[in-house]
Amino acid sequence: METSALPAKDISLALYRQMLIIRRSEEQLAKSYQAGLIPGACHTYIGEEAIATGVCAHLRDDDAVFSTHRGHGHALAKGVPPRELIAELFGKATGCSQGRGGSMHLFSPEVGMMGTSGIVGPCILQAAGAGYSFMLLGVDRVGVAFFGDGAVANGAFHEGINLATNWELPVLFVCENNQFATEVAFANTTRNPEVANRASAYGVPGVAIDGNDVALVYQTAGEAIARARAGGGPTLIECKTYRTRPHAEGMRDGGYRSMEEIEAWKKRDPISTLADRWLSAARAPQREIDSISTEVDAAVADAVRFAHESPWPDPATVTDHIFNERGTSHA
Amino acid sequence: MRELSYVEAAHEALAEAMAHDETIFVVGEGIGPRGGNFNTTAGLYDLYGEKRLRDTPIVERGFVGLCAGAAMTGTRPVVDFMFLDFILDSFGELVNQIAKMQYMSSGRLKMPIVLRGCIGVGGAAATHHSGNYYPIFTHLPGFRVVLPSNPYDAKGLFKTALESDDPVLFLEHKSLLNTRGEVPEEAYSIPFGQAAICRPGQDLTAVALTTMVPQTLEVAESLAPEGISIEVIDPRTTAPFDIDTVLESVHRTGRLLIVDETFAPCGIGAEVAAQVVDRAFDDLDAPVRRLNGVQVPTPYSAPLEAAVTPKKEDIERAIRELLAE
Repeated sequence: METSALPAKDISLALYRQMLIIRRSEEQLAKSYQAGLIPGACHTYIGEEAIATGVCAHLRDDDAVFSTHRGHGHALAKGVPPRELIAELFGKATGCSQGRGGSMHLFSPEVGMMGTSGIVGPCILQAAGAGYSFMLLGVDRVGVAFFGDGAVANGAFHEGINLATNWELPVLFVCENNQFATEVAFANTTRNPEVANRASAYGVPGVAIDGNDVALVYQTAGEAIARARAGGGPTLIECKTYRTRPHAEGMRDGGYRSMEEIEAWKKRDPISTLADRWLSAARAPQREIDSISTEVDAAVADAVRFAHESPWPDPATVTDHIFNERGTSHA
Repeated sequence: MRELSYVEAAHEALAEAMAHDETIFVVGEGIGPRGGNFNTTAGLYDLYGEKRLRDTPIVERGFVGLCAGAAMTGTRPVVDFMFLDFILDSFGELVNQIAKMQYMSSGRLKMPIVLRGCIGVGGAAATHHSGNYYPIFTHLPGFRVVLPSNPYDAKGLFKTALESDDPVLFLEHKSLLNTRGEVPEEAYSIPFGQAAICRPGQDLTAVALTTMVPQTLEVAESLAPEGISIEVIDPRTTAPFDIDTVLESVHRTGRLLIVDETFAPCGIGAEVAAQVVDRAFDDLDAPVRRLNGVQVPTPYSAPLEAAVTPKKEDIERAIRELLAE
């Protein structure tokens, strides 16, 4: 694996702030879950924040992101405000899906967040489909799929990458290889322990990187997205990472991995790693880092307050939006 | 008025829509230069090229999932399954993704996708090329299910499908593809959820679906000289279903028969019967009767295949029995 160069200071600051927004929001969600405020599932992204952050830093609102069941980080990095994320998990009308989705169905098409998903695999195909639209419309937008190692043995991985490559679609496939599909080790499900090297089977560029190095994710994704926008077709990026909390909140974390392994990965925490590199390179003083932390804490506290105070959805609206009410051509 | 075949009529709707709307594209196996196994896209590749008439590998899940993403981002895919049986490989993408996306996004995403394919028993197609499956999609929230029974409806309903922002299944029975009928040259469309009273009558209401519509009409005509007056209703779409037209008819006739080639259990006939019994019990002079195909995988051999679908003599017998109640 290659080592990264730190991006310019303003970019590094933005990456740090974004990762911290994800971290603090999810720490809050974990607490809220324990307090019984989140009635449904809550899969945290803690430890993997560098990936969504480094990729989405290159995306515009009109680029389309398709995500997974572990998608809070993607939603936040794509521009969903913490208020709308936390309100959605509380089930409130002000949530990004207006209470119809919860953690695994976060939608905010206004900022190009085209959905997290409770099903593993379809995001790969849908990102390819966004690429098809953008190719047909002749625009320089890109589709991005985030998925885990758990999707790699799924047919959607093979079918989506093959179609997107064959049709030279502007798509980025980002595999977040956190090494476990739920609680099944990736290494136990395939004879090929690598993901990126599968790209050669489709004739598409594939690269494996340290997914906990936000600077490296930022640099690698930037090159791939620029290539896609310019008509150069898709790229597969495998980001090797680790989730340091259980598969889902409320689940125990034993029986399939060791505490030693978890602790070792915590030492590779993407957020503190960036801060340490920064300080040792004398690129930013401690007080700048502290000030970001204070600001993010305030934003998350505000988001929780907002979620608490928000109204519940009106049960009378439960059948709204099954079909497109604005459509003119149906009964 | 000029006559077109069912395939020509639907083709004309597609060609007109593609000329008018550059965001429409078609995917499927052999729908490019070949023009489709059933000539559904004949000649269109020469006009619009491969970006809009995209031959695919045989990966239904893959290209249906891809088209979901396309429909969410500003284009209007038409998936041509050739035989509808192949749709089953994409069932998860349809049910969990395409049908739910508008709801999950609180109506901020649209899902303008047309899923077309040939259905039905016949021609020794055997069990992987004979499926109907529309009751399954009618059961689920989020789909429009369209079953044209003649060329006029095929064009008018396909035009509506191509303009809809909802997922539409457009299902063409193989036995109808070469039937001919009057189709006006001027533009028209038929809204979803409006049944057609194909033949007015006073003694019995026969609700028939897809290929059973022309067969039931023939039986009704043949009984007319005996003074038996059958009203034949074609719902044209099963989702939405125009129950009001059926209720109004049963109010006049007092008798209801539902004729459907596919299986009876949990089917369209069961739903129509339940709604009529719920809402118009006092209008009924006889039990509601269903006539369906046999619930079995479709066999290949001619005598076996013939044994699974309702025939005109079965329809006639069901009508006579119901009138004798």
